[in-house]
Amino acid sequence: MKKFEVTGNKDTRSGFGDGLTELGRTNPNVVALCADLTGSLKMGDFKNEFPDRFFQVGIAEANMMGMAAGMTIGGKIPFTGTFANFSTGRVYDQIRQSIAYSEKNVKICASHAGLTLGEDGATHQILEDVGMMQMLPNMTVINPCDYNQTKAATIAIAEHEGPVYLRFGRPKMPIFTPADQKFEIGKGIMLNEGTDVTIIATGHLVWEAILAGEKLAEQGINAEIINIHTIKPLDEEMVIASAKKTGAVVTAEEHQTIGGLGATVSQCLAKNHAVPMDFVAVDDSFGESGTPAQLMTKYGLDADNIIAKVKRVMAKKVMA
Amino acid sequence: MTSLELSKVASQVRRDIVRMVHAVNSGHPGGSLGCTDFLVNLYFKQMNINPAEWDMDGKNEDLFFLSNGHISPVWYSVLARKGYFQVNELATFRKINTRLQGHPATEEGLEGIRVASGSLGQGLSVALGAAETKKLNGDKSIIYTLHGDGELQEGQVWEAAMYAAANKIDNVISTVDYNGQQIDGSLEQVLAMGDLRAKWEAFGWDVREMDGHNMDEISSTLEKAKADCGNGKPIMLIMTTSMGKGVDFMEGTHKWHGIAPNDEQLADALGQLEETLGDY
Repeated sequence: MKKFEVTGNKDTRSGFGDGLTELGRTNPNVVALCADLTGSLKMGDFKNEFPDRFFQVGIAEANMMGMAAGMTIGGKIPFTGTFANFSTGRVYDQIRQSIAYSEKNVKICASHAGLTLGEDGATHQILEDVGMMQMLPNMTVINPCDYNQTKAATIAIAEHEGPVYLRFGRPKMPIFTPADQKFEIGKGIMLNEGTDVTIIATGHLVWEAILAGEKLAEQGINAEIINIHTIKPLDEEMVIASAKKTGAVVTAEEHQTIGGLGATVSQCLAKNHAVPMDFVAVDDSFGESGTPAQLMTKYGLDADNIIAKVKRVMAKKVMA
Repeated sequence: MTSLELSKVASQVRRDIVRMVHAVNSGHPGGSLGCTDFLVNLYFKQMNINPAEWDMDGKNEDLFFLSNGHISPVWYSVLARKGYFQVNELATFRKINTRLQGHPATEEGLEGIRVASGSLGQGLSVALGAAETKKLNGDKSIIYTLHGDGELQEGQVWEAAMYAAANKIDNVISTVDYNGQQIDGSLEQVLAMGDLRAKWEAFGWDVREMDGHNMDEISSTLEKAKADCGNGKPIMLIMTTSMGKGVDFMEGTHKWHGIAPNDEQLADALGQLEETLGDY
């Protein structure tokens, strides 16, 4: 098992904020809109450095999405910032009609996604956003795994013409991807080559997949670990090749089982190369209040559950 | 153009509308006929536009956003008659593979359309975004919008109304088609809106009123509004219209909101509308 050096501990939302500020300096067409969550989204630096290109819309997310669509007319590249819940479910029809169907070059940047939002509880812990967003034609869906990758993704999506949903989170997480790693939309990252089982993870669960891989290695199980940061379009080539090599796949994500990374990977493999699969994800339930760590343990979004699911799919592989 | 010349264009547009909806036995003639005089005046007399060299960004030209997208027949006809696309394309309205979708869409690149609309209440927000971009680009052009009166029941409209006044968006001239009708009946019966003028004024807008079927008054109101852009306030024109205007049996009722005339009704309607520019 390859060793991963932890170079820091930061929240992914800070990766977004820092990436946005850097974009402000390099791309004069980048503008930012925020619905009364400038501090939470780490958009303060952009606001201070580029006040003319920062638009405070108040607690009015529907208007924000419509305005972002309109701002593209004339060449601006709008980045909207609010919590993931208010970036998707609250404004689904606005995104659907004014952004996705109208093919507008809007970047919907969504923080505090998933259970790791913590104590605020289920009203704010959206676990359906990836599903909602990837169902929309024209939409690209990205869920980076650490500070460096989120910063790189933020910068990369400005160069991509078309609507993007960029999802990140609240808590501090280990930084383990290289700061200079190029972010390629739609390209999976092979973290560890293995032969016995494939673990495909996205977002905060990528680090848990690495921890699981280390423990599995101690038990003699050689896991292939893939970081899928772009859920749509999925890197089908990498997923299929790995499934062919290992013959068993576990996916891991901070999202509902329905509609997320696991569902997307299983559709791809059902069509191309079916293998035993299992899913580390929230099983058709809402979240609740608690610390991020408590919640991830309670809902099984951790290395221990990845290991348990790996054992299950490997048993099925033997039977097959 | 004189008011008489504009009215002749409007008569042809009304013929286009009833023929388009009749041909596919679907579409929304009532609101389309009610907004015909306004849209003809806007496109043929007021807006600084370049239909022959249309592009999505529309830099240094005026923009129009139709928020109540269901009145697509009138918009398509006005755009075609103004030269955005061939008039004979109106015959494809709502048919399979058409660029003239039931509600306006951008997917197939129909010239003149900059955002999809149909799901109500979104157009003002889009217009405000475009208005902010115009300001960032140092572009002095004007953004026009049109909304249904029933559409104002959507909450997003008021989010946008607040933003526009708070941020002094003074390059937008919005118009509401105040025909007093919506699908389930009159506005009063369905969800009474109270004093529309007072509502918009309370939200910080510069509100004016006009008769949407008096060409002279539409011209003078729009010209005055254009002159008053840049004064630190968004402008709202409350335009009194009669749904179905120009076809007597469709006038003043919500019943023709979303149904098409049959063969006899079409003949009756066309008998009331002079063919001035040649049918498509």
